[in-house]
Amino acid sequence: MTALAVPARQSGAGLTGTTSLLRLAARRDRVLVPVSAFGLAAFVALSAQATFALFPDLKSAQQGMASTLANPALVAMYGPISSLSIDSIATLKSVLLGGVFLALLAYVVVRRHTRTEEEAGRLELLGAGVVGRRAALTAAVLLGTGAVLLTVVLTVVWSTAVGLDPAGSVALGVSWLVMGLSWVGVTAVAAQLTSSTRGTAAWSLGALAVAFLVRAVGDTAGADSPARFLSWLSPLGWGVKVSPYGENRYWIVVLGLALYAALVAAAFVLLERRDLGSGVLPSRAGHDRSPVRTAGALTRRLARGTLVGWVVAYAVLGIVLGSIAGSVETFVDSPEVADMLRAMGGDAGSITDIYFATELHFAAVGAAALAIALVTRMHTEETTTRLESLLATPVRRTGWALGHIVIAVVASAVVMLVSVVVAGLVHGADVGDVGGTVARLVGAALSTLPAVWVVLAVAMLLYGAVPRFTGLAWAALIVFLLLGEFGDLLDLPGWLIDLSPFTHLPALPGGTFAAAPLVGLTLVAAALGAAGVAALRRRDIG
Amino acid sequence: MTSAIQVHDLRKTFGHTVALDGLDLDVATGEIHGFLGPNGAGKSTTIRILLGLIRADGGSATLLGGDPWHDVETLHRRLAYVPGDVALWPNLTGGEVIDILARLRGGVDEKRRASMLERFDLDPTKKGRSYSKGNRQKVALVAALSSDVELLLLDEPTSGLDPLMEAVFRDVVREFRDGGGTVLLSSHILSEVEQVCDRVSIIRAGVNVESGTLTDLRHLSRTTVRATLARPVDPAQLSGLPGVGDVLVAGDRVSCTVGSDDLGRLLEVLGTHGITALTSAPPTLEELFMDQYRTTSTATS
Repeated sequence: MTALAVPARQSGAGLTGTTSLLRLAARRDRVLVPVSAFGLAAFVALSAQATFALFPDLKSAQQGMASTLANPALVAMYGPISSLSIDSIATLKSVLLGGVFLALLAYVVVRRHTRTEEEAGRLELLGAGVVGRRAALTAAVLLGTGAVLLTVVLTVVWSTAVGLDPAGSVALGVSWLVMGLSWVGVTAVAAQLTSSTRGTAAWSLGALAVAFLVRAVGDTAGADSPARFLSWLSPLGWGVKVSPYGENRYWIVVLGLALYAALVAAAFVLLERRDLGSGVLPSRAGHDRSPVRTAGALTRRLARGTLVGWVVAYAVLGIVLGSIAGSVETFVDSPEVADMLRAMGGDAGSITDIYFATELHFAAVGAAALAIALVTRMHTEETTTRLESLLATPVRRTGWALGHIVIAVVASAVVMLVSVVVAGLVHGADVGDVGGTVARLVGAALSTLPAVWVVLAVAMLLYGAVPRFTGLAWAALIVFLLLGEFGDLLDLPGWLIDLSPFTHLPALPGGTFAAAPLVGLTLVAAALGAAGVAALRRRDIG
Repeated sequence: MTSAIQVHDLRKTFGHTVALDGLDLDVATGEIHGFLGPNGAGKSTTIRILLGLIRADGGSATLLGGDPWHDVETLHRRLAYVPGDVALWPNLTGGEVIDILARLRGGVDEKRRASMLERFDLDPTKKGRSYSKGNRQKVALVAALSSDVELLLLDEPTSGLDPLMEAVFRDVVREFRDGGGTVLLSSHILSEVEQVCDRVSIIRAGVNVESGTLTDLRHLSRTTVRATLARPVDPAQLSGLPGVGDVLVAGDRVSCTVGSDDLGRLLEVLGTHGITALTSAPPTLEELFMDQYRTTSTATS
């Protein structure tokens, strides 16, 4: 491989073929990038519209927000509100969360065209052709940057169009640009440091989590605490500090661009110091023996890392949910907030119950994402041809698929239970009824699972019957989520909204429990899943 | 003599591409059978049908007396498969993968595992992602050889091995055969097949072109003669000779092929032009191979 590098260095930039690689990469991402950009822009614009509709006059909004503002848990999640203007309230949820999603998009795009390609050996194929050594990284960085810019422009235009303040919308664009471009750089570096796709994921997503936590600590620190400075150490903190629809600090774009330039430059320096296929960091030696005896045990072994991560994340979610629940009680006298929460999913019981029901439905969407991730691993196993090696042993396809389904069912239940038990402990300690709170929340969490199973079964059906469309399971989940979030707001027909399994869930805790929809969802899930496994049994592998 | 693999008139189409167009293949129990063909000839498709990964559109395939599509569980206890491009789980070590694959197949033969690791000089503690292509292949080979099976299906298993390891591979495969095992070795590396295989099947575009022992096939082929001459020769004069073909004249150098019966006559003619250098190569499997392609492509076109 070093032999390859030499002529590249001699020929100058080593960028030969960047254009063709970029075109190839853009073609492969022609759905992912535009759909994500559109989705993120829609997230801002539509949730702003929804807020305008909920709070016809500014005063009621400010009243509702006053107690919210004081709550550190919300500040930790969404960042401090930039001002008390209606625009600011309307975008409170979208500035930071949207920026994080944009960072994720940048990460996905850059990783896909660097380390993933290299691990699959496709870069070697390209590298052997007339492609410069730096071409792949350059193309990936350009495409990631392009995806961020596209999203930012679309969002600024759309937010202005729905009536948000133009100057603030530009600041929102700056905020997202800073966060998105930072993760183009972070991922470019991570892809050079590690020698695997997973390692890249761990570094890049780990950095995202650390950046989020650092700014959360900074943002929630007291006014005269030195810890406030922490927000300035995190690119996500910068995004919040731009303060769109408040102070509109455009100049922070300089910080973002400087970091972006530094990271991208570092990635290219690291690229020079390593061989194709390897990373700068050495990979560690492992065990030479394995206790795994069955295909199911192998599936569990391979999913272990993912599961630990999700359990930790859902435990943290539980802490956040449980600690916010206490302050929800304090604005029980605000009918606007009650309306808002009702519109978002909960429909009965005390305000705390409505709050929990709403948040648990969101958590269930997350658990469904975990289920999709675990079920679609089968597709990865097949496309990497590792499945062939497994199926050449006495392992049957059905048993192998069932192993994945079982682990997805168990894992999604476990994360839901972990989050509600933690939330129940935190909130229960607050209100002095740990046992009762935990029990009610566990019941509520269990009642969401049939919807998760339907999503899981959709993924299984896609993989079993039309494996090349396995990725559509994610699209289905997003559609379900959007139908639930915006279906009523956009006055969509009822049958369309009813396509989402999540709309059939009872509003628990607090609401009335109805078995029929849950049984119905379970039957649908069983039928779809069985059809998927049957299709897998009959079709060609590979 | 019983057959370990019997394939008759096997057909498989992917969309508009015909992968197998009536393939026949017969592998006797206890032999190393070379399965030769260029990329895209249908070798891997055949093996994938034999493994029950894909279903044939027509024809029949019998593996160890069973049906590859239906009797997956019982058949797969008795065979091991090594793909050409081995993909490992990036976060499992080679040793872990060897254990897992061998155990799923029915158990690890500890002595064989240890000896294979040593002979292939493989470090089992490295993670899957850090192995080179050759080392990934070694992992799959050690896994296959660490279980107690009757049949090895090897799909271009040495494409990443260095010459030293190829020699180890050949020894190991011969030992497996000597112990009563059967091997189907698909390859386009002809020297490999030439060195270890008892019998060879050559396939092209999804059909069997020729089967037999190497001696059976060799007489069909032609010797290549290369000579440097003192006085130039008219290419037409050479082409006109019986049994001579592929005449190429470049200045004082000439090369052509000739059937073994007509070699003497060719040398006489060349002699009249003053031979200053001469090489004559007996047909290698490579040429045999090219020969087969040429005949069939002329026959079909």
